[in-house]
Formats: sequence, C-alpha cells, structure tokens
Amino acid sequence: MSIEATVITADKLVAEVTRLKNEGWRLVTMSSVEIDASTMQILYHFDKDLVLTNLRLSLPKGGTVPSISGVLFGAFLIENEIRDQFGVTFDGLVIDYQGRLLNECNETSSSSPFCRLLVKSGMTVAKEVI
Amino acid sequence: MARTVIPFGPQHPVLPEPIHLSLVVEDEKVVEALPTLGYVHRGLEMLATKRDYNQMIQIVERVCGICSMIHSLCYCQGIEEMMGVEVPRRARMLRVVWSELHRLHSHLLWLGLFADSFGFESLFMQLWKIREKVMDVNEATTGNRVIVSVNVVGGVRADLDESQIRWIRDTLVDVEAGIKNLQTTIMNDSTVCRRTKGVGILSKQAAYDMGAAGPMLRASGVAQDMRQLKYAGFDEIPFEPVVETAGDSWARGAVRFRECLQSIDLVRQALDKLEPGELAAKVKGKPEGEVITRVEQPRGECLYYIKGNGDKFLERVRIRTPTFANIPPLAAILPGLDFADVPVVVLSIDPCISCTER
Repeated sequence: MSIEATVITADKLVAEVTRLKNEGWRLVTMSSVEIDASTMQILYHFDKDLVLTNLRLSLPKGGTVPSISGVLFGAFLIENEIRDQFGVTFDGLVIDYQGRLLNECNETSSSSPFCRLLVKSGMTVAKEVI
Repeated sequence: MARTVIPFGPQHPVLPEPIHLSLVVEDEKVVEALPTLGYVHRGLEMLATKRDYNQMIQIVERVCGICSMIHSLCYCQGIEEMMGVEVPRRARMLRVVWSELHRLHSHLLWLGLFADSFGFESLFMQLWKIREKVMDVNEATTGNRVIVSVNVVGGVRADLDESQIRWIRDTLVDVEAGIKNLQTTIMNDSTVCRRTKGVGILSKQAAYDMGAAGPMLRASGVAQDMRQLKYAGFDEIPFEPVVETAGDSWARGAVRFRECLQSIDLVRQALDKLEPGELAAKVKGKPEGEVITRVEQPRGECLYYIKGNGDKFLERVRIRTPTFANIPPLAAILPGLDFADVPVVVLSIDPCISCTER
C-alpha cells in the first residue's frame, strides 16, 4: 500500500503549487521522508472538500528545493522545521530562521538530527539519533 | 516613531506552555510578530524507529496530554488501514465517546484559560469546576484523567458497563446544565465582548490560504471538520460542523463553546448506539506501506503520515498538529493590534505547545 501522489520535480514545484492554490486547494502540511543514505522525499499534502492530493518530490540529502512559502505563507514554519530536522535548504523562504527555528542558539541543520543514515567517506553508516 | 522589540514568552502569565513571540511595537501598536519554537521539543516522531508499532501508541498519546486519546486514535486508524484490520462496531462507538469527552474537557479548559487571559477569574473557576466532572468520567472509565490510553491497534482496551453508561448520562446532564448556565456570560457579557469582539480578525480567505485548522478555521466561516470524514463511529452519527463568520477572538470562543454542547450530544448518540460486541479485532502481521490518516482534535485537523516496511519498527511517523498550522495565521493577525490585546489573541488560537513541540 502506498499513497497516491503526483511525482514532481523541483523546477516545476512552485508553478504546480500555485496552480493548486488557484484551484482552491489548501496546504495541510509537508512530510519529509528519508529514503536511503543519499535520498530524501518531501510530500506536499493539499486538501479540498476533505479530499487529499499529494505531491512527491525527491531530492538528494542536504539538497536545496524552492520554497513554496511565497505562494502559501503557512508553509514557512513547516519548511523551517524540515531544515532543522533533515538539513534540507529551502530557497526563497519568506521568513528564514537559518536552521535556528527549534534552537536559536545553535544551528541544528548541519547535523540533520532526524536523518538516520548518513554517507560518510563513501560508506553508509547508521547514526544514533535518540 | 521609534520601534521597540518586546519579548512575549516563553514564560508569560497566559501561556501554560513555552512559546516565544518577538513583538515589534510602535507606541502601543504591534507592527511585526515573529514566533520562536523549540523550548520543549522532544523529537517523538523519531522514536518510531526505536519503539515497535504497538509501543508507539503510548508515545503518540504523549504528544499532547489534552487530546491524547485522539492522537492514538489517529495513529491506530493508520496502522489498521495499513494492515487491513476492521475495527469492531462497539470499539468504534467507544472511540467516539472518549474522543468527544476529550474535546469537551479540552474546550472547557481553554474557555477557562481564555476567561483568565482577560482577568475574568470567576468565569475561569466556574468552567474548570464543570470540567472536573468530565475528568472524573475519564478517570472512572479508563483509570486516568488525561492520558486515558484506551486505544489499541484493532480497537479499544476498555469497555463501559450499564451502570457506567447511566452515570455518564447523568453526569452529562449536569455538565450541559452548567455550560448552558454560563452561556449568557460567555457569549454576551460586556467584559467578554469588549475584549474579544473585532479583535484579531482572520478573514475566511486568509484562514484558508494560510492553512488554519479547527475552530480557528471554522470561526472564519470555513465549514470544515475532519469528523465529516466519518472516521471511527461518525459514519453512523449525523454531524455538521459548528461555524461562525466573524473571524475574531469572540467567534473562536463561540465555536468552541457551541462545540462543547455538540460533543455532549455526540457522546449521547454514541452511547445510544452501543451494542454488545467485541472490543478489538485480532491483528496479525507487521505494518507495511504508506498511509495518511486525519482526525479532528479539539484544536483542529490532525494528520499522521505513517510509513512501514514490514518490520515491527516503522520507518517514519510524521505528525501534523493543529497548533503548528495555526501559528502562521497567528503571526499574520497580530500586526495592527494593540499590545494589550496580544495575550487574548494568542490564547484565542488555543495554543498547544506540547503538540507543536512533538
């Protein structure tokens, strides 16, 4: 079982989100998922009349994706949290905490604490997170 | 005019939990508001990789004390969907009973805190006195006042006998009378109206576009409530969302007040539909695949994204809580307010930082 989601690329993301907004879809949230040692996915969940539609964006770990907060203001907090937890950088964030949303004294994004697998010297290593 | 930055929180008399707002003010007017989180972040989502999927029920219950039952309900529904488990009818109705009791005591708690935020101490005490009766029901029927821990994958672990059902009905009569007795005060009292009407207005379009949730969304005129998805026993219980249109702090309070009475009605209907039957279905196998489930918490829409790979440990549990969704709209409505109105407006979203800092 897997959820229905439209696969999208980073270059088409903002245009697709704008289209959804114009069609009356509401952003529910975004879910970041670690796929393997080098890949992540971000799922964008939208609602309209209690029906969900999802976008699935794949990206390399530590990569940069366009922010949708310019289209949907409510996304800024979600994107900042994903940066803190998974080390993803969002380009064009309307309010950018620079990796300090959850810990204003130290940037947490450099350690991406919610990723379990890291690539280190060409080897995949499991990271203790708890 | 000179600008001054005033820190609001993380410790503040109206905040039971820590959140920080940097308020930029010109004279007495707020011109900017920037939220800061992370004072009590626990990283509970990551425990999914360290605790098996049954143990995770106890973890997600602790995302939020006030709506613990509804968190575990959402999580269990997700696992049940992944594993193809059909929950017995009695269990689905019991889930409605306890989830609506949670909504009831949560709204009463908030109404009391809201009254306290503008100095109406006697109203605060009256509301919490009524809430205690609901907490007594929770304790007597589950063993706990707040974290009732009734959900298991496949159903529930606790039941109600006839004497308990009669006692709950009698208690709800008292609770309903107590709430209705305060209706004039909560809805029409001049102190309440002057502090809340026209304060912190969120338009219908802005609420929708910014992803507001729950009473904050419905107080702005959007008739959306996840109970319309007919989860648990709501497929057999008629339900219409409570909606107000003013979009101000008063409207958010009015939605929650009316939802208290609605929850009492829903509990009664669920009790009416209780028939003898199993409490839980047998569960075999391990969760595999992806699922999204949504329920309506007291503060609004809650979404769980769950991913399993056939192991007893899940790969990912992503929890979207309503307060997290309501912080951007809050940051948007604070500019333009008088500084003295900030505590009232912050309280009006019913902030649950425990949920936010999951």
